[in-house]
Amino acid sequence: MTPNTKSSPHHHTQRDTGAVMRIVMFACLPGIALQAVYFGYGVIVQIVLALITAVIAEALILELRKKPVELALKDCSALLAGLLLAICLPPLAPWWVVVIGTAFAVIVVKQLYGGLGYNLFNPAMAAYVMLLISFPVQMTSWLPPDTLVEQSIGIKDTLFTIFTGFTSDGYSLDQLRVSVDGVTMATPLDHVKTALTQNFTVEEAVASELFNGSRGIGWSMVAIGYLVGGLVLLKLGIINWHIPVSMIAGAVLCATLLFMLDSSIYAGPWFHLVNGSLVVGAFFIATDPVSASTTNYGRLIFGLFIGIWTILIRTFGNYPDAIAFSVILMNMAVPLIDYYTRPRTYGHKVKAKAMSED
Amino acid sequence: MSAFTDFDTIMERLASRKLWDFPGGVRPNGQKALSNTHPIDQMPLPKTLFVPLKQHIGVDADLIVKVGDHVKRGQPLTESHNPFAVPVHASSSGTITEIAPKVSAHPSGINELTIVIETDGRDHPVKYTPIADYLNQERACLIEAICKAGISGMGGAGFPTHVKSNNVKPLEFLIINGVECEPYISADDRLMREHAWQIRQGIDILEHLLSPKQVIIAIEDNKPEAFKTMSLACQHQTSYQVVSIPTKYPAGGEKQLIQVLTSREVPSDGLPVDVGCLMYNVGTCFAVSDAIIEGKPLTERVVTLTGKALSQPKNVWARIGTPVSDCLQAAGYEPEKQPYPNIIMGGPMMGFTLKSAQCPIVKTTNCLLAPAKRELPTLEQEKPCIRCSACADACPVSLLPQQLFWYSKSKEYELVEDYNLFDCIECGACAYVCPSEIPLVHYYRVAKADIRQQKIDKEKSEKAKVRFESRKARLLAEKKAREEKHRLAAEARKKAMKSDGSGAKDKIAAALARAKAKKAQQAMKASSPDKKEDLSANENPIPSNNAVASSVAESKHGENKSDKIAAAVARAKAKKARQQQEAKANGVNAEDKKPQPQNGASSAGDAGTETPAMDTSNSDSDKKKKIAAAIARAKAKKAAQQKNNDT
Repeated sequence: MTPNTKSSPHHHTQRDTGAVMRIVMFACLPGIALQAVYFGYGVIVQIVLALITAVIAEALILELRKKPVELALKDCSALLAGLLLAICLPPLAPWWVVVIGTAFAVIVVKQLYGGLGYNLFNPAMAAYVMLLISFPVQMTSWLPPDTLVEQSIGIKDTLFTIFTGFTSDGYSLDQLRVSVDGVTMATPLDHVKTALTQNFTVEEAVASELFNGSRGIGWSMVAIGYLVGGLVLLKLGIINWHIPVSMIAGAVLCATLLFMLDSSIYAGPWFHLVNGSLVVGAFFIATDPVSASTTNYGRLIFGLFIGIWTILIRTFGNYPDAIAFSVILMNMAVPLIDYYTRPRTYGHKVKAKAMSED
Repeated sequence: MSAFTDFDTIMERLASRKLWDFPGGVRPNGQKALSNTHPIDQMPLPKTLFVPLKQHIGVDADLIVKVGDHVKRGQPLTESHNPFAVPVHASSSGTITEIAPKVSAHPSGINELTIVIETDGRDHPVKYTPIADYLNQERACLIEAICKAGISGMGGAGFPTHVKSNNVKPLEFLIINGVECEPYISADDRLMREHAWQIRQGIDILEHLLSPKQVIIAIEDNKPEAFKTMSLACQHQTSYQVVSIPTKYPAGGEKQLIQVLTSREVPSDGLPVDVGCLMYNVGTCFAVSDAIIEGKPLTERVVTLTGKALSQPKNVWARIGTPVSDCLQAAGYEPEKQPYPNIIMGGPMMGFTLKSAQCPIVKTTNCLLAPAKRELPTLEQEKPCIRCSACADACPVSLLPQQLFWYSKSKEYELVEDYNLFDCIECGACAYVCPSEIPLVHYYRVAKADIRQQKIDKEKSEKAKVRFESRKARLLAEKKAREEKHRLAAEARKKAMKSDGSGAKDKIAAALARAKAKKAQQAMKASSPDKKEDLSANENPIPSNNAVASSVAESKHGENKSDKIAAAVARAKAKKARQQQEAKANGVNAEDKKPQPQNGASSAGDAGTETPAMDTSNSDSDKKKKIAAAIARAKAKKAAQQKNNDT
């Protein structure tokens, strides 16, 4: 007989890389659904565009790199990167924004660094930063929640706006962003930031119709959607608790300190949690295994500093939200963190104690 | 967890059933029910037994039987006084037909010296000598009996039991391992259910030998029946405690079980006894009881035959040396259920695939696994590592398998060792969970083997270096001694010359005459056709040879030698001239064979280097030339040596 001789173990779990990526994508669904409810169908169009671009870009670059295309496509990592980028974009951003972003994420950030497993930076976030710096207007043109807009837009107008810049009736995106009382609407974070520069207090700023208490209408619900998905990932063992918990803890800690210093100009921790992308960042973005720290202690440090950076940039920086910048910053620190956070191996550094006890 | 927990705390925790945990671990589907529902069967006696000489960790014992011998069951086949050797015994009666290297029960399938016994079917045993009153026996006597029974650890590693039992260090816990954490295997489970009493007798003997403070019998909580029977068997022993531990692979690993029961960690470079623990497998306890109470050496063991390619998976008593093919047949092996033949010896996590079904059951074989198609998923293709660290979460010894993988793959072995590769117990938990299906353990084995080889090579080269250095030193010392001897001799000669001037003068005259004769010879040669050589010869009036000649001339002994040198030089030159003439006469490549200027002048040795070029031109004169050249070379060497010694 010609036996099959392989090295042990001969047993294996059935969850391969592709399965892991697919589970993460499915876990995004509650958040995406709530995004669609509160901010229109734009997010779904963006996701479809991103997924198509991701597959084409991945196939193209792998062909150029002379690597097996089919195998890499099966692992769904490009799809996930596209999806994560798409959910971070303004829903009615022009089609070329998401196409350029996704192609950049897949081709430059991932494949040019050596492909899956070799990229230093989180592909979705690196692409987001690139887009934010290159196309600041398009990247900040968020719609107010559905309940506040003057005219609600359907699928047809969504498609028209994304592909032509105007609805079928000829309204521009800027016109769509105007609320019932004729003011251009911003995101909750943007709104507070602008208000603070105009010498309003935080309390006065959140008195806007954008807010219900200090919760941004729509935004807080979306955060809850992603929280549910994130908890599912934790339960399934796809992600470890270390990064989400330490990242939220870092943000809360930093925000609380600032809030205690001066509550009139610094928003409280609750405000930071429910507005913006802290939750989706904590469970879906920062937990990207490739670019995150790989040791448990390292993950705690990694998450903690992302949280701190996020609040610092939100408060003192020029950009309203800062998950992408914080993640990229900490991606750079990962090799250092990993080096200094190696766990103690069984049976090491205990001998001296054991001997003294004997 | 790194703190050293004291005995009383551990006893409290054991009493309150609050055990510790080890990091990582995995929970694969146990599949124990396949094989653990039937009592242990007796295998039919195989026609042929293949008993390998070495079935344990340690050294080979010496053969004490020969081909043609008739042996009885239990008769020792090997014997040794080396403490790390364990004898093997005939597993049944029969005739030895062959002693030759045969395929071994080892992952490499390497051939090992094996005794082949054709059984006669009568299964006659030797007369056993039980030690029933072991409580009144000397320790040494019991340990010798255990050694003579051929017992080595039956849990898998095969460490000689008598060596482990000869412990002199203080011992707190004697741990009996009935965990059996690998999926599929149920040999220990069935043994505990059916032979709990005899296992307890074995534990009693070990307890008597080792006198620990406490005996702990650990059984995984997926074996409630075994837990019950063992508890029953041990109920009257106050210092024995049967403990049920949570099912998690690899809880049955020695280091992990110690951690679960005591929270202590065996030092990386130490042994369990360094933390006051010793561990025996339940199968080993059974064998110890057999050896002492019955006087029976180890000739059979329980083997789990399982997997969905077997129609009757079960546990059997198999004789040591039974070919795997016989066992599979006994369990109804259905090869058509397997897409390719794939028999695993051991469990699915740490076992190895067999190279041949002729491979025998050995003392450490606890399971044969014949998985059906798709029963155990095969790794299709290694995908890129996504750094998810699922491996690190699964590692029971808190290594970073992912980093080890990168460094093993890129052969950065210093880093691999820095990340504690050698603390890896190869349990396979990391590769089990890896979503990229990377055969991590395989990479580690390759790296470990490479590092070991590098160390061996380094040692070898180090030894060679030492040898070379000492040789150099010796030669130098010899040279110095010779120089000293010659200096003294020269002084003596000088004295002698002073006292007897005329004799010396004669010699000087003779030397001068010789030198003149040589010059004349050279002059004669000057008339030979090749002008170039002659010119150079004349221009370089052999200072070195002259020096040799003159210095030698002073010595009484040297006289003869200087003659010889002169003669050799002359011969070499003559030969050269002849060769050149021949070459010219043949007209073959005369231009190409221009001799180097100093050829004729300085040394006859160069004539030797010249000859190979002539080989093509004339094969007849070849031999002669070679001989002549060799002689010349030898002489030149001698002369050079002489010169060396004199200067």
